Amino acid sequence: MSSGTLYDKVWDLHRVGNLPGGTTQLFVGLHLIHEVTSPQAFSALEDKGMGVRCPDRTVATVDHIVPTTNQIRPFSDPLAEEMLSTLERNCAFHGINLFGIGSGHQGIVHVIAPELGLTQPGMTIACGDSHTSTHGAFGAIAFGIGTSQVRDVLASQSLAMNKLKVRRIWVDGQLSQGVYAKDLILHVIRTLGVKGGVGYAYEFAGPGIDALSMEERMTICNMAIEGGARCGYINPDSTTFEYLKARKYSPQVEEWDRAVTWWRSLSSNENAIFDDEVYFDSSAIAPTVTWGITPGQGVAINESIPYPESLEKGERLIAQEASNYMNLKPGTPISGIPVDVCFIGSCTNGRLSDLQAAAAVAKGRHVAKGIKAFVVPGSEKVAKAAVQQGLDDLFTKAGFEWRQPGCSMCLAMNPDKLEGNQISASSSNRNFKGRQGSANGRTLLMSPAMVAAAAIAGEVTDVRHMLTQKNS
Amino acid sequence: MTQTSFPKDVISCIEGKCIALPGDDIDTDRIIPARFLKCVNFKDLGKQVFADDRSELKGTHPFDLKINNNASILVVNENFGCGSSREHAPQALMRWGIRAIVGQSFAEIFYGNCLSLGIPCATSSPNEINSLQKSINKKNQQNWKLDLRSQIINSSIGAWKLYIEDGPLEMLLTGKWDATSQLKSNEYELDRVQNSLPYLNKFHIN
Repeated sequence: MSSGTLYDKVWDLHRVGNLPGGTTQLFVGLHLIHEVTSPQAFSALEDKGMGVRCPDRTVATVDHIVPTTNQIRPFSDPLAEEMLSTLERNCAFHGINLFGIGSGHQGIVHVIAPELGLTQPGMTIACGDSHTSTHGAFGAIAFGIGTSQVRDVLASQSLAMNKLKVRRIWVDGQLSQGVYAKDLILHVIRTLGVKGGVGYAYEFAGPGIDALSMEERMTICNMAIEGGARCGYINPDSTTFEYLKARKYSPQVEEWDRAVTWWRSLSSNENAIFDDEVYFDSSAIAPTVTWGITPGQGVAINESIPYPESLEKGERLIAQEASNYMNLKPGTPISGIPVDVCFIGSCTNGRLSDLQAAAAVAKGRHVAKGIKAFVVPGSEKVAKAAVQQGLDDLFTKAGFEWRQPGCSMCLAMNPDKLEGNQISASSSNRNFKGRQGSANGRTLLMSPAMVAAAAIAGEVTDVRHMLTQKNS
Repeated sequence: MTQTSFPKDVISCIEGKCIALPGDDIDTDRIIPARFLKCVNFKDLGKQVFADDRSELKGTHPFDLKINNNASILVVNENFGCGSSREHAPQALMRWGIRAIVGQSFAEIFYGNCLSLGIPCATSSPNEINSLQKSINKKNQQNWKLDLRSQIINSSIGAWKLYIEDGPLEMLLTGKWDATSQLKSNEYELDRVQNSLPYLNKFHIN
């Protein structure tokens, strides 16, 4: 059993008591809600005649269903409009702060909470969305929950939880040029498997993690869930504190020093005990791309789609299924696979530095003929900052569409969808069958810079060659 | 689809037909595609369960086979329910008629979502699950009984030993799987924790 880790410390601080069956009642410090997984929870609350215990620790935004081309109300999709107006009604009735469209703070829930300074070290954070693990980048214990649990948190600001084991993922070395946090996490998931993390929290640590910016750390923790780990986290350090300074909901000036002292005390102790430890070397990682139907089915850009029989026994069946669904022959090099649609955005890679990385590739180049490419900033704030830097112009000139903030084609609960068996290069997090809105649509996951490179080449290509060309 | 009522109170035994659904890593996007999440209640989800997988298989998906009509125990393989946290997935299965799931392993959030609906998830080894699935497919009109106390699923064909985690098992057997009222009843302790958290108290450490 782990001890002395950040996970243990935060868990102990938020333990309310034991519940029947030996589960723990855990206090939730911050509850984030959105339009898709909250309406049924509010209805259930009303059915039980209960109110919201801590409306001031509950924060809402709208992201999944919003269109990214025209956000004028009412939305043209009546179901989307109904979901947003239901959220507005529920928030108004219960006194919950809603960052709606045009507020300046609307965006993907996992983008806006950090940028508002709501996400802080040492918190427990819950949200009806599996990518809540993102917030662990700040040294919070953050996890996705279902709608019944959203109801429970609304009613009691707490949850029935079982304590997880802790696996430390130690990363040495530094990412080389053209290799990004997305490649690192895709590589980790490829190595440990999509179910390797079930029952674990992942602590990402080591020089390779310390060197990452907060936005890169968010990309890493965001995809912990794709490796089966319900939460991933990184110990808070000066990079974390620097990011949090002077944000809207960050600690006030007079509280700041006390906050930092407390935050520092939360890091895993030097002699902390982990249930498991694994090691990676960042410098050995190449741009990584998925070829199949789980985020674990990835290869380095210089590799080919594996033959199912070359894989471990447990992986063969799903590899065969993936090969059939993707209509990609084993032995085909991943580089050179033609794409139809290129999507830059999502809670994994929709932040300013992601757009900058893609823009560095797109600058002075043009999207290949017949390719649909679009950029969706993760929030209104990201959009504003990008526009200030002229990125919208740069992308538009390069043949990309510049969109308004939302989840967009990551999960296609909005007008952004693949059609037929189109194949997308996508900076999002899931390549599941049908994920991007077409029952036979196909997704290749990769970093935003790799997506931009694919858009320009019209096929999967090694972005490092484009970066070298530019430098020479 | 069955018309039996949704789970409530003590859950100690699930009886009915079994439906075998082979495959590892079946994610919640497949159980209920995202377009069906555009709803403010769960009531229509039963019809839409596995919508895309079913249309791909043109009537041959286990959930479309007549012999599986009214099945109430779903038997799956590894890492079932991975991916999105959408409770719409177990809701869709429940509304189709599923009242218990047996498999090699389950994704964490899905498992918790099932528990909060009163749907037990029981596990067994890959070999046992494969043999159970084979037996179901051989004689799928059988009546099966999943007994939570003994953690056994059996029919006239045979019996298979299952495993259900202690905590969830106790919650189901005592009818305390619907957590809301229990969580609320600890008001005093909730206040104590809330008042002790530095970030809710201007970072003063008590």
